[in-house]
Amino acid sequence: MSAVASPIETQQPTLVGNDLRRFWSLTWTLAVTDWKLRFYGSVLGYVWTLARPFLFFGVIYFVFTEIVSVNKAINNYGVCILFSLVLFNFLGEAVGGCVASLVTRESLLRKMRFPRLAIPLSVVLTALFNLGMTLVAVLIFAIASGVYPNPHWLELPLIIGGLVVFSTGLGLLLAALFVRYRDVQPIWEVVSQMLFYASPILYVATTVPAKYADLYLANPIAVLMTETRHAVVDLSAPHPWQIASPAMMLLPLAISLCVLALGVWVFSREAPLIAENL
Amino acid sequence: MPPAVEVRELHKRFAIPHRRYSTLKERVLHPFATRTFEELNAVNDVSFSIQPGEFFGIVGRNGSGKSTLLKCLAGIYRTDRGDAIVRGRLSPFIELGVGFNPELTARDNVLINAVMLGLTRKQARERFDEIIAFGELEDFLDLKLKNYSSGMSVRLAFSVAIQVDADVLLIDEVLAVGDAAFQHKCFNEFERLKAAGKTIVFVTHDMNSVERFCDRALLLERGRMVSVDKPGVIARAYNELNFGRVRPDLTAPPPEAVPRDDDGGLGPAEIADAWFEDQHGNRVASALYGQPLTMCADVRFRTPITDPHFAFYLRNEARHIVLAGTSGSLGEPTGAFAAGERVLVRIAVGNWFTSGIYELTPSVIHPDAKTIIDLRDDLARVKIYGGPALGGVVDLPYQVTLERS
Repeated sequence: MSAVASPIETQQPTLVGNDLRRFWSLTWTLAVTDWKLRFYGSVLGYVWTLARPFLFFGVIYFVFTEIVSVNKAINNYGVCILFSLVLFNFLGEAVGGCVASLVTRESLLRKMRFPRLAIPLSVVLTALFNLGMTLVAVLIFAIASGVYPNPHWLELPLIIGGLVVFSTGLGLLLAALFVRYRDVQPIWEVVSQMLFYASPILYVATTVPAKYADLYLANPIAVLMTETRHAVVDLSAPHPWQIASPAMMLLPLAISLCVLALGVWVFSREAPLIAENL
Repeated sequence: MPPAVEVRELHKRFAIPHRRYSTLKERVLHPFATRTFEELNAVNDVSFSIQPGEFFGIVGRNGSGKSTLLKCLAGIYRTDRGDAIVRGRLSPFIELGVGFNPELTARDNVLINAVMLGLTRKQARERFDEIIAFGELEDFLDLKLKNYSSGMSVRLAFSVAIQVDADVLLIDEVLAVGDAAFQHKCFNEFERLKAAGKTIVFVTHDMNSVERFCDRALLLERGRMVSVDKPGVIARAYNELNFGRVRPDLTAPPPEAVPRDDDGGLGPAEIADAWFEDQHGNRVASALYGQPLTMCADVRFRTPITDPHFAFYLRNEARHIVLAGTSGSLGEPTGAFAAGERVLVRIAVGNWFTSGIYELTPSVIHPDAKTIIDLRDDLARVKIYGGPALGGVVDLPYQVTLERS
């Protein structure tokens, strides 16, 4: 053991740690474990990851294409709903999971030198796994209703990327605040309901009155979903910047980045103290 | 060679709010409420260094700050002042089985835990068989951890933990569970780590393991360093700290003391004081099992008297008389005492008492051996510690021999 070659560690709690590989492998392991645990002890196991959205979507699809007929004018309205719903569920799962994540994993934080950021990131990662699986179910519905994959679908990873940025920022912010203020949880539940109806999920952005369009599309989720409708479901549907003024598109972008920056800032400010405030 | 661990003037303070606002509503309703804090200096100005290859113990009573100190070393808590420098790779955990999930099988838990301890996933898979073999848990691989006994999960946790490639290991209270055979295995493993030049920092309040393994130990009390010394010295200091708390009781009158018939000089003698002494003649409130112990009584005479007897009872907590004796064992009369004379009665006793509190009842008895001149119930008390505590009322020394035919 050479004293010169061995690293000198300054002993302070870390956000990421000094070993990125270890950080990633911890995040990955946590995410995979969570994912596994979800279906542990169930007879059908992983089949549920596909079966559950499939059954659920069947109901949604039927209700919104056959029963609620207000939106007959929209092409492939059912598929559109499914995509929006799946994307929104990802956001809800990622952020909702992040909120209490530090508290539920307190033993890791208190008994181990654990890079703090790994915990909320693993939650987002698990949500991403789930999104991947449900998208398979959505794909089947899409093809069944005549929406076929095309090169424009390549936009989907970018859209999901945008959503990951927004939900990670929000998740970090709420996770750090939840350690101090437990009412972050009910607040988030209300806010996520509001976001649900403020986003084009059960309806489409083109039905929003023009006078509200600019305000409406300040919501980053609304922008991402409107673009999803255009790129994935119906190329004749407008881009978000065709609904609101193009300059206004900077606003949701700025909001997303601000939320991410704020989340990272608050989280890193709280991170060294998390172990003692839990 | 630079020390493996160097701690310089380390401070860790916890602010304990008098009123904690844990919801936003409360915060909003009381925006101007002054936030007052009680400051708790959990670790206060602690400095020490540990050489590479040293097995270093941190001991202290509950709440003395030993775990906080370890968490500062491990980088779990942010220190307020001072440095904690670790040279070499530090094991990330301070407790065994961190991150074990009761819903998962032992197989999954081992792989997850190994990654958390800093192995790569590949290394974890490679060492898997070795880990299971060390824990002797081959038959329980696919059992969920919640169905494991606590001893079994500790075995599993320990088996994973020793696979960690670290130069400095931090261990908090490790050997509490596990059966004797496995504990023995753990001890051997510690010896191996020690031989391999690993530095081990070990937090415990089990003095036996401190004396057994540690090269040096640090005693903490209320966040402050009492001393860093050889484990034997520290173990004794720890016991004194623990049982020395009886000391203040000595100054107050013992609760069961019978009010003395203060007959205003009518009695020929009175017992003014009684106490216990160690071999150096110092008054003690506690004594280590096996160390010489002397019972003392200070007797004053008011009227001349010839050949009084001095007697005593020693009672344990169950109020049993463990020992009774008189000055008759001198083998000769005690002699004549003049009015105003003082005598110090000293009774040296083999200290083979089992751990506990003992109270001394001295008495002065008339030469006719029937009338009590003075008797003071439970006038002095002593705490005996460190005995074998196998269940006997006393632990007399004994010798075991085995004669095989």
